[in-house]
Amino acid sequence: MNSLSIKPSRGFITLFYKEVLRFWKVAAQTVAAPVLTALLYLLIFSHVLASHVEVHGVPYTSFLVPGLVMMSVLQNAFANTSSSLIQSKVTGNLVFVLLPPISHSEFFSAYVLASVARGLLVGGGVLVVTTWFGGLSYAAPLWILVFAMMGGAVMGTLGLIAGIWAEKYDQLAAFQNFLILPLTFLSGVFYSIASLPPFWQHVSRWNPVFYMIDGFRYGFFGVSDISPWMSFLVGLGCLLILSSITLSALKRGYKLRA
Amino acid sequence: MTTAIRIEQVYKRFGSVHALNGVDLAIQPGEFFGLLGPNGAGKTTLISALAGLSRPDSGRLMIMGFDVEADYREARRQLGVVPQELVFDPFFSVRETLEIQAGYYGIDPSRQRRAWIDEILENLDLTSKADANMRTLSGGMKRRVLVAQALVHRPPVIVLDEPTAGVDVELRQTLWQFVRRLNEDGHTIVLTTHYLEEAESLCGRIAMLKAGQVVALDTTRNLLSRFSSHTLRLRTASDKPAQLGMTQERITQENATQECTSGWWTCAFAHFDEIEPMLARIRNAGCMIDELEIGKPDLEDVFVRVMQEQSHEQVRAA
Ligand SMILES: Nc1ncnc2c1ncn2[C@@H]1O[C@H](COP(=O)(O)OP(=O)(O)OP(=O)(O)O)[C@@H](O)[C@H]1O
Ligand SMILES: [Mg+2]
Repeated sequence: MNSLSIKPSRGFITLFYKEVLRFWKVAAQTVAAPVLTALLYLLIFSHVLASHVEVHGVPYTSFLVPGLVMMSVLQNAFANTSSSLIQSKVTGNLVFVLLPPISHSEFFSAYVLASVARGLLVGGGVLVVTTWFGGLSYAAPLWILVFAMMGGAVMGTLGLIAGIWAEKYDQLAAFQNFLILPLTFLSGVFYSIASLPPFWQHVSRWNPVFYMIDGFRYGFFGVSDISPWMSFLVGLGCLLILSSITLSALKRGYKLRA
Repeated sequence: MTTAIRIEQVYKRFGSVHALNGVDLAIQPGEFFGLLGPNGAGKTTLISALAGLSRPDSGRLMIMGFDVEADYREARRQLGVVPQELVFDPFFSVRETLEIQAGYYGIDPSRQRRAWIDEILENLDLTSKADANMRTLSGGMKRRVLVAQALVHRPPVIVLDEPTAGVDVELRQTLWQFVRRLNEDGHTIVLTTHYLEEAESLCGRIAMLKAGQVVALDTTRNLLSRFSSHTLRLRTASDKPAQLGMTQERITQENATQECTSGWWTCAFAHFDEIEPMLARIRNAGCMIDELEIGKPDLEDVFVRVMQEQSHEQVRAA
């Protein structure tokens, strides 16, 4: 009776495709708008500060660009998983994903990879529109890619946790405002932590996002506050911890299959 | 043969509410099974547990022999669920919705997949809406898409949770025709509905659920004959029927407006061959019949009786 050909990996591929399609269909909001935001930051901060500051021997505007690119990657990766999940929960259409034979690890990887895709797309967009500000070099392109993907994955995973946990939009907003925003803003997007007083330097070293932005910036300039290997290990450690929390929550059906 | 659905001692509590309180059920392949019960009886909770959408506190559920937890991949492949809530993904068109759903079940894009989706669309009268965005569909149309989504992977077991709520007469007919055909093709169908005539005409077997417990389980025919019967109703001015064992209906507003000298009398009987002797006795008693009706047993009587009996038992138990 069943002439339909079945391939288990198709479920994962479809979920990934659907998650990409979901943001792509409203790309003006999900891709173009964040690129514009980053551009505005760059215009304002570089005009106000460019003449005054040089960081690591790099003009401030050039220093700022990678920070903004990475911030866009991180914020959009988080936004993608968290908003997709909360929307599906609130509207109830999450059942369409919960009914089929999709395992918790497939569910996890499809959502996170789609959020990395959106992060890279927005980050790439920011990079493209800011190139004419000039002064950017590409000292270690592989590190650029590694940190962008890892940062996207960490934030995508965090977005998944937020989306699983939150039952209403305002809970998600709280997560975003009280955790994600401080973590990204206090991570050296706009400055080098070397310019901070010792106490805040110390605090920053507890912020995993700092390592990801620092490592990402190393990819461009070949200089950073911390060794890129160290940053890589911190990022990887975060990813592993967050992933295992998420996977075990998904496996137990926490909130989603209550 | 493997049991299509096996439910063993399933319990589920929400706070102090015992949504499922020790449910046992076995449904055989090819059955058309009705799951009935008042609001809040636990029907949807049971279906959710079956579909893996919620975890029971204890008990075991199996679909075509596959445990819904241990063998969830196989179990879910065997099952198609039409949810009670009218849910949809506003980002996609009808066809996209179905293509994506098929993909979730691991079905590769192919000519066969497309043909099957076309067939479902055709059968549910959705072909003209295939490229419409889900947001633009009317409620009844969205309901049809939900039915279509449950069928994309050709599941042997199909569960429909109130599929006809808010659906017009025409779709109701087409939907039942379609579901009947699926059943004839060998699919096991489980249906919940509050339209008892629908359940009566479609379901071979029925379980009635109340407060999380199965309170009646039998073939539709047995339920009808056990709890309900044919009735003979007649209107006459005479009071002779009383001596023949008929009961006089209480005078209601409606029959009070009729000539007060005549009243309605009823008696129940199990077989049609009891009617003639009864009518003969009435005639022999010299009583003139003004009007006469024969009432068929219906599921609504059964339902009301079962639910009342349960309440009495609960009062006694308390
Ligand atoms: N997520 C939940 N949280 C708390 N209580 C719940 C939840 N889901 C169901 N219930 C409760 O469990 C009981 C059974 O609900 P269920 O939805 O299974 O009923 P039903 O038989 O499907 O009713 P209906 O005919 O109205 O659809 C109800 O008392 C309901 O309030
Ligand atoms: Mg229900």
